[in-house]
Amino acid sequence: MSAPAKLPRWADLVLLPAVSLAAALLLSAGLVAVMGESPVTALRLLFAGAFGTGDAIGYTLYYATNFIFTGLAVAVAYHAGLFNIGAEGQAYIGGLGVGLVCLAGGSWPAWVVLPLAVAAGAGFGAAWAFIPAWLQARRGSHVVITTIMFNFIAAALMTYLLVNVLIKPGQQSPESREFGANAVLPAVHGLLAKLGFEVAASPLNLAFGIALAAGGLVWVLLWRTRWGYRLRVAGANPAAAVYAGINPGRITIGAMLLSGALAGGLGLNELAGSQHRILLDFPGGAGFVGIAVALMGRNHPVGICAAAVLFGALYQGGSQLSFDLPRINRDLVVVIQGLVILFCGAMENVWRGPLAALLARLRVESRESRGESQK
Amino acid sequence: MSVSPERVPALDLRGIDKRFGPVHANRAVSFAVRAGTIHGLIGENGAGKSTLMNIVYGLQSPDAGTLLVQGREVHFRHPREAIAAGIGMVHQHFMLVENFTALENLLLADGAAAGSAAGRAAAREKWDRLALDHGLDVPLDAVVGELPVGVQQRLEILKALGRKAEILVLDEPTAVLTPAEATQLFQLLGRLRAQGKTVILVTHKLREIMAVTDRVTVMRQGAVVAELDTAATSLRELAEKMVGRSVLLQVEKGPGFPREVLLEVEQLAASDDRGVPRVKGISFQVRAGEIVGIAGVAGNGQSELLETLAGIRTPTGGAIRLAGRDVAGDDPAQRRRLGLAHVPEDRLKLGVVAAFAAEDNLILGQQERPEFGRGVLLDRRAIAAGCRQAMAEYDVRPGDPRLRLGAFSGGNQQKLVMAREIGAGPQVLLVGQPTRGVDIGAIEFIHRRLVALRDAGKAVLLVSVELDEILGLADRILVMNGGEIMGELPRAEATEEKLGLLMAGVRAEAGHED
Amino acid sequence: MKIPFLVLGALVLSVAGANARAAAADFQPAVVYDMGGKFDRSFNQSAYEGAERFKKETGVAYREFEITNAAQREQAIAQLARRGATVIVAVGFTQASAVEKVAKDFPNVKFTLIDAVVDLPNVQSIVFREQESTFLCGMAAALASKSAKVGFVGGMDIPLIRKFALGYREGVKYANPAVEVIENMTGTTPAAWSDPSKGAELAKSQIGRGADVIFHAAGATGTGVMQAAKDAGKLSIGCDSNQNYLQPGSVLTSAVKRVDVAVFNAFKDARAGTWKAGQVSLGLKEDGVDFALDQYNRSLITPAMETRLKQAKADIVSGRIKVSEYK
Repeated sequence: MSAPAKLPRWADLVLLPAVSLAAALLLSAGLVAVMGESPVTALRLLFAGAFGTGDAIGYTLYYATNFIFTGLAVAVAYHAGLFNIGAEGQAYIGGLGVGLVCLAGGSWPAWVVLPLAVAAGAGFGAAWAFIPAWLQARRGSHVVITTIMFNFIAAALMTYLLVNVLIKPGQQSPESREFGANAVLPAVHGLLAKLGFEVAASPLNLAFGIALAAGGLVWVLLWRTRWGYRLRVAGANPAAAVYAGINPGRITIGAMLLSGALAGGLGLNELAGSQHRILLDFPGGAGFVGIAVALMGRNHPVGICAAAVLFGALYQGGSQLSFDLPRINRDLVVVIQGLVILFCGAMENVWRGPLAALLARLRVESRESRGESQK
Repeated sequence: MSVSPERVPALDLRGIDKRFGPVHANRAVSFAVRAGTIHGLIGENGAGKSTLMNIVYGLQSPDAGTLLVQGREVHFRHPREAIAAGIGMVHQHFMLVENFTALENLLLADGAAAGSAAGRAAAREKWDRLALDHGLDVPLDAVVGELPVGVQQRLEILKALGRKAEILVLDEPTAVLTPAEATQLFQLLGRLRAQGKTVILVTHKLREIMAVTDRVTVMRQGAVVAELDTAATSLRELAEKMVGRSVLLQVEKGPGFPREVLLEVEQLAASDDRGVPRVKGISFQVRAGEIVGIAGVAGNGQSELLETLAGIRTPTGGAIRLAGRDVAGDDPAQRRRLGLAHVPEDRLKLGVVAAFAAEDNLILGQQERPEFGRGVLLDRRAIAAGCRQAMAEYDVRPGDPRLRLGAFSGGNQQKLVMAREIGAGPQVLLVGQPTRGVDIGAIEFIHRRLVALRDAGKAVLLVSVELDEILGLADRILVMNGGEIMGELPRAEATEEKLGLLMAGVRAEAGHED
Repeated sequence: MKIPFLVLGALVLSVAGANARAAAADFQPAVVYDMGGKFDRSFNQSAYEGAERFKKETGVAYREFEITNAAQREQAIAQLARRGATVIVAVGFTQASAVEKVAKDFPNVKFTLIDAVVDLPNVQSIVFREQESTFLCGMAAALASKSAKVGFVGGMDIPLIRKFALGYREGVKYANPAVEVIENMTGTTPAAWSDPSKGAELAKSQIGRGADVIFHAAGATGTGVMQAAKDAGKLSIGCDSNQNYLQPGSVLTSAVKRVDVAVFNAFKDARAGTWKAGQVSLGLKEDGVDFALDQYNRSLITPAMETRLKQAKADIVSGRIKVSEYK
């Protein structure tokens, strides 16, 4: 009786998010109008800013790459019944792994450095997730609390390392020296240029492909392997997991290791793909956006990729918006992003009921119009 | 009060139809409830009773059909309108604010702004009088959360009467009551009928229908299949109408032929989650080809015993031998490999993942078995095929392996669990409360399967609080009380009286006295 | 070769582009602020004020952009260059690598980078000798302190802030070697620059340990430091902008860093054609940094203190006092 209304699968996966998104954009348009700008222009700029040109798409997908990695990280933990708020810190430390390999491998060929960098990013991220996971599995310390704390520890550690150890000598900015050309993930515009397509430069790089592959891998792992099955059982019903002979502690640790490794992919995209050096605060909150992305994407890799592109578009389109319409400052862009999260993540049950009723009526009417009524 | 069939029906349903997506919950339901009677509405879980009553109470609107209250056509869009039309509903889960007093809950129901002391006093007088008139004993100043469930239920009824309800709908009212409380409730319903109220009793318990109703409507798969005068029907007839075929209330079974010992428990001790000892040095054996029943009032250590045997709970002492091998230190997965299977007492908590598809539930605990995959990968096709086969063999409906398990009725969920555990080919099967929350039709099926397993030479340990079930299935009966075994009786010597004494903690001399 | 499905976007941009081209003939200045945002009451705001002053004096409008994440730096600077900006001021050392990349791609655009050095023919690098002003602030603190304990609240433990702290410490010891300096950093994430409540907490704790003058170099976090000092009846020292007015009578002085002047000059010189690439170092001598003295803190700086501070300033300018630079 109080159960949420049932929607057909397609409506649940496509229509509902679309309606939510439309509502969020409508409200944003109202805000823009209040700020004294034309909502139509603003929306057009937002869209064109995100998808209008080759480099705009490049930036959108580049941001999306980060969100895919962190969204997957959150989702994997979620399926194991864990709320990993530490993707930010895991990405930070994962980036440290990427950066150390890229800095160390100055004279190695690219085909040695880059796979090693991928492995180091995943390994460092996983290692950073391991400690909270172990504490949860063996000591019962709640992973929500410990992962938040580990974000701060990661930030402190990175600040220390960059200021005192990794900083390029004689430089103000706490950044490492630049990676060698062999330790840089190829940019997509560069690859396209080789194929004869001219696209304006953007930081979009091979990490995007790795992110998509990671999404596929996560899907296979969760839904097509015995380990993934164990993980999902442990997440959905821990008591049943024990009944089924599954060791929840080991699942907790395994899931968090995978989660941290995925978060480490962000470091790959940011450092080896775009900044080409280790610098302060490169995750820039993407670890937290990953929570919203996973939520919106229903914790499924396909949904996460779609939601990540949406958020990438909001980031990129939003910055273009504040670029072109000075009255739309960056805070309003944050508000618009917040509205999208609110509507798509938190409030979609508001639409669920009416939408289900509408669909049901449409179906009855179409049946009646075809003369298939019951009587 | 004389009941004349010529009077306008209190409630008249005509062709009520309701669909939820692919589910046809109500199929052109028509029946009338005579004023001043107790009318039973009976059907298995999922027969459409709750949907129908939600429509009557204005919580849902029908796709087609009309509803007449006291002869007047109504179209409720909200419970408010149903209440205004004189319909009161007592839900299975009470709609009370637990940290308010009874009186505060009643004021809330009134919607009256009774902030003033005078208003409160007036309200108290009104409710006191009403309670007295109907013989409803409710302490108005007690905090609701501290009241026994039976009293809370009376408060709900009082609430409905205070809103001038002429038609009272009770949804599975005895599910939460002790037998004594249920008897009191039925007496109350009788008094209400004497005062001219109309009562609709929604239940799946046949005995209640036979005990209190005047007339009964039987629903099956969303449709009305029978309307009978209670006096002119029988338990067996109702059961058959409900299930759609003849039902054996007692399973036929031949004598057992126990062979070697498969499960041996010696001085086993275990504690609950808070460390309180629950199993205190129990010893017994279960042989191949026999069903050993463990009887007892709920909460006497049976749950902990089962969980310890299954490997979910670590014993604090003693030994468990499976086919001669000590398994006390093994985890559930290792015990499964040694031929143990387990149908847990609390199906939803332990035995299934409600959010998963049926097919995914069919490999729970068996996710490592080679036939369900290759290497680390799962073989979805093999799993689906296995599920379809199990569904056919165990008559699970609907037979859709992709359907979420939570969408199946309790009986079908249990049949899936049985299919899974028996399908694993165990030597020893542990079964806890196999028919809890299961419809009559499925109970018979499950019982037959357990007997078949015994006849195939397997050992079955059955834990149940239903004495009928123990008496119907077990070859040998152990009675637990306070974490100890009070006595053991072969089936032939067991009677309800003897078992009752043991269950109450009176030692086994009772068996020798007669 | 253009990718066909981008037609719509290209259309929109071509409209914007037409506007840009029309304006490109004119002089078009632009400024890119760093993470704190242009209203941080500190470093970025100072840059904003310089740009506003230029606009007011010349009537020439400027474009601006506030960074919200690392990737936007390069994107924003490149976009400004592409849209025909004549001179782009990038505020903050974190912009160095972005400026370096973009400047190579747009050799005809002038870039002014504040707080870091990029060695390119079209980049002007402006660095400040902050240690000279924080030295004077340290002296003022030591002279004003009655408890012989003074505090320092930094934002993050990064080289720039160490530079501030070093000059401050030397100034304290120069005025009175017996005065002790208590140092704290606010945090390890960029949030450290915009956390006034944390700033207030640190200030309270330093006051609890005996400090009675606290210097902050923590961006917007510093407003909390100054508030807490005022509430406790103690003194604080502002940073970057002249912050004396924020808590009148309780802000001893401010270590002023004339980012506004740097921005204003960059715009003005570029317009007049006198803009030059290369490194510019601004200290006390060039009026690039200073300690602030105005009506809000007049009563706090005694004539004796003022004499000593002015003398030290002259000594630093003449080279008689050498303030160490953090390396």
